[in-house]
Amino acid sequence: MFTVPSLSDLNLAATLPATLLALGASVLLVLDLFVPKGRKALTAWLALAVLGVSLIVALLSLGDVVDLGTGEGAFFGLYIADSFTDAVSVIVLVTAMLGVAVAYNYLERTGMQRGEYYVLLLFSALGAMLMGAAGDLVTVFVALELLSIPLYILSGFRWRDEGSEESALKYFILGAFASGFLVYGIALIYGATGTTAFGGIWAATRDLLAADAATKYVLLLGAGMVLAGLGFKVAAVPFHMWTPDVYQGAPTSVVAYMSVAAKVGGFAALVRVLAWGLPDFVLSGQSAAAWQSTVWLIAALTMILGNVVAVAQNNLKRLLAYSSIAHAGYILIAVAAMGTAGVANEAARAVVIYLMAYAFTNVGAFAVIVAVERDDGGHTDIDNVRGLAKEQPVLAASMAVFMLSLAGVPLTAGFVGKWFVFKAGLAADLVPVTVIGVLTSAISAYYYLRVIWFMYFEEGEGKAQIAWPLAWGISVAAIGTLILGFFPYLLSDMARGIALAFGG
Amino acid sequence: MIPLWMYLVVAAGLFVIGMFGVLSRRNAIAILMGIELMLNAVNVNLVAFWRYQTPTKLSGQAFAAFVFAVAAAEAAVGLALIIGIYRRKRSVIADDVNLLKW
Amino acid sequence: MELTLFVIVGAIALLSAVMMLISENAVYSALFLILNFAAIAFFYLMLDAGFLAMVQLAVYAGAIMVLFLFVIMLLGADPVRHTTPRKLRWLPKAAMVLAVIFLLTASVAIIRGDVGAVGGVAPTLTADGQPLSFGSPAHIGWLLFTRYVLPLEIVALLLLVAMVGAIVLTRDSVGKRPPVVRRLANPPAELERPIVGESGQS
Repeated sequence: MFTVPSLSDLNLAATLPATLLALGASVLLVLDLFVPKGRKALTAWLALAVLGVSLIVALLSLGDVVDLGTGEGAFFGLYIADSFTDAVSVIVLVTAMLGVAVAYNYLERTGMQRGEYYVLLLFSALGAMLMGAAGDLVTVFVALELLSIPLYILSGFRWRDEGSEESALKYFILGAFASGFLVYGIALIYGATGTTAFGGIWAATRDLLAADAATKYVLLLGAGMVLAGLGFKVAAVPFHMWTPDVYQGAPTSVVAYMSVAAKVGGFAALVRVLAWGLPDFVLSGQSAAAWQSTVWLIAALTMILGNVVAVAQNNLKRLLAYSSIAHAGYILIAVAAMGTAGVANEAARAVVIYLMAYAFTNVGAFAVIVAVERDDGGHTDIDNVRGLAKEQPVLAASMAVFMLSLAGVPLTAGFVGKWFVFKAGLAADLVPVTVIGVLTSAISAYYYLRVIWFMYFEEGEGKAQIAWPLAWGISVAAIGTLILGFFPYLLSDMARGIALAFGG
Repeated sequence: MIPLWMYLVVAAGLFVIGMFGVLSRRNAIAILMGIELMLNAVNVNLVAFWRYQTPTKLSGQAFAAFVFAVAAAEAAVGLALIIGIYRRKRSVIADDVNLLKW
Repeated sequence: MELTLFVIVGAIALLSAVMMLISENAVYSALFLILNFAAIAFFYLMLDAGFLAMVQLAVYAGAIMVLFLFVIMLLGADPVRHTTPRKLRWLPKAAMVLAVIFLLTASVAIIRGDVGAVGGVAPTLTADGQPLSFGSPAHIGWLLFTRYVLPLEIVALLLLVAMVGAIVLTRDSVGKRPPVVRRLANPPAELERPIVGESGQS
């Protein structure tokens, strides 16, 4: 009765980027014990090496240089190895590498240097990658936890510091609350469709709608709760309340990584659930998927609230927190566009493109704050960058690049991302929400340019501490932002292979 | 025989009580207990759906087992955070740590 | 008969949950939660999920709740005070409204949703007339290590992360003795502090 599958049934080769990272992180946890205190640079380098190997494999697979069995499921369909998986892996791994580079000096000078930091960062990167690869709601749930729990711990990494510990507790409680919603929603979807695999859900949804069964109300409630649970992860209104406080309280190097990684994981899972599992969940009398109107409403609220409140912020970390809420709104336009049949592929590509652009830009922006911040965690107000351009011209120029990219000025990565997202929104006939997106982008220019104004045209004592790994991180982020802005084809090529497995 | 909806409504009730606990309690440990209750309500849902809808496939039970494990991990991390805060503040009242300042 | 049993166990589950919610004392809350988990284990037995019932009692009601009680006792969490600061007055009310709305929505969706359409009766026979065999531990274990091996591995890493995290978060700083040991070494200071259940507010 209990037949044991052979190892080849697992199709391990297709999961190579994730498997390598998992192995590397586990080994690093043990190796770190033998790295003497004061020489944790070695741990950081090893973490970079693990991420680098995984990134190379993911890039080769994404560029179709090597065929790892792409397009097939692995682990009995619980892991989907396709272009979307590879693209998400690349984004997450780049973010994690930048995150390690940004963290090293910061941890050293604030006295937080511990090998566990890098190990936890690797595990949470693994969680984000697996969310993009999920072929089943079970995978989504456990991968979400693997992404989140290390982030809760990292947020509380600054010992005996009020802000850090409180932000960790707040993030933890609200995060666990949100995953309760997510898993309740998953249970309802399971009840309505009898399965948790996306392929099965998709097929069951069609049957359900064809029979016009009343069970669709259960499915609707389940989908709504999954949306709420993942909306929390990506900081969409009205599930955004944790963002400013957590970003302000947590160590800045953690925020640099987390602000991107949690978003990438959350959006990857949203795309998988909505576009792979429920693309054809169209209630009678409607032309688009049942979840589309909810998603674009959330997108509109998120963009408006994020951008308007950001205008009033004087703390750079809070400002970027509200800015990250606003950016979740832009990406949600593309997510909503996936609900229109025929646009789904284009919209899924737009999500990936935006996330790639956002990864370089946002990690870079937080990295500059890391440089400006003092050892005690203070000194992160906008006043503290007054006159930074005189003291640190290169750093100020990089910050200017990041701010322009976040505002979406042409020739930066941010513009390319917005371009594809708005294009997807228009293709799906979501004109009002796209217009809101363009208008709120104009508002956002005010507070991003204000930062540049303070750096270049105000007198002050802007000071920063830059050591080498941090400088590399900032340079790579700035160069990446510019290159992706100058050559948009890099991004569109990266996403070109993404196609829905079912329906579409 | 008990109809399925009875189990589901009891589970929804437990979930809501847990949710209310998270939102209204001020003791961080009690909030954590509310979260545990929510996860348990989910498990009742999963097992009931499994029994009535797909009894030949055990996926509902397997999922419930994963929820157990995740709940255990969350409890461990949550309690560690609470201990850390208690050391500094001598308090586990969530208001005192400004948790509800949205 | 079975329905009577269900009503009794369901009432215990809901009542103990409510009592957990309104108990001022954290220890009482934890004990009511254990009662609630036991009632849920009973549900699992009624649903023919014997293995999960066992796990529920051993892991949940046993291990996890003992951990809770241990931490409560260790910290001596004072009972929650009655007075709520004015700025937070609206919150429990808002939460109540939210909870009621959610409960109504969920119930309507569930009852209207007509789940388990077959007359609400749980099947006992397979499609070809064989009696159903319900998840034996062996069967569930087999499933976890075959079809669900990926989540199983992820959960293994997750527990590892939680362990590392608990150590990272509670270790005060390198080289110093952890405070718990210090406190136990100084019993007089320990005794001055009120511990759970002594403040008489419950």
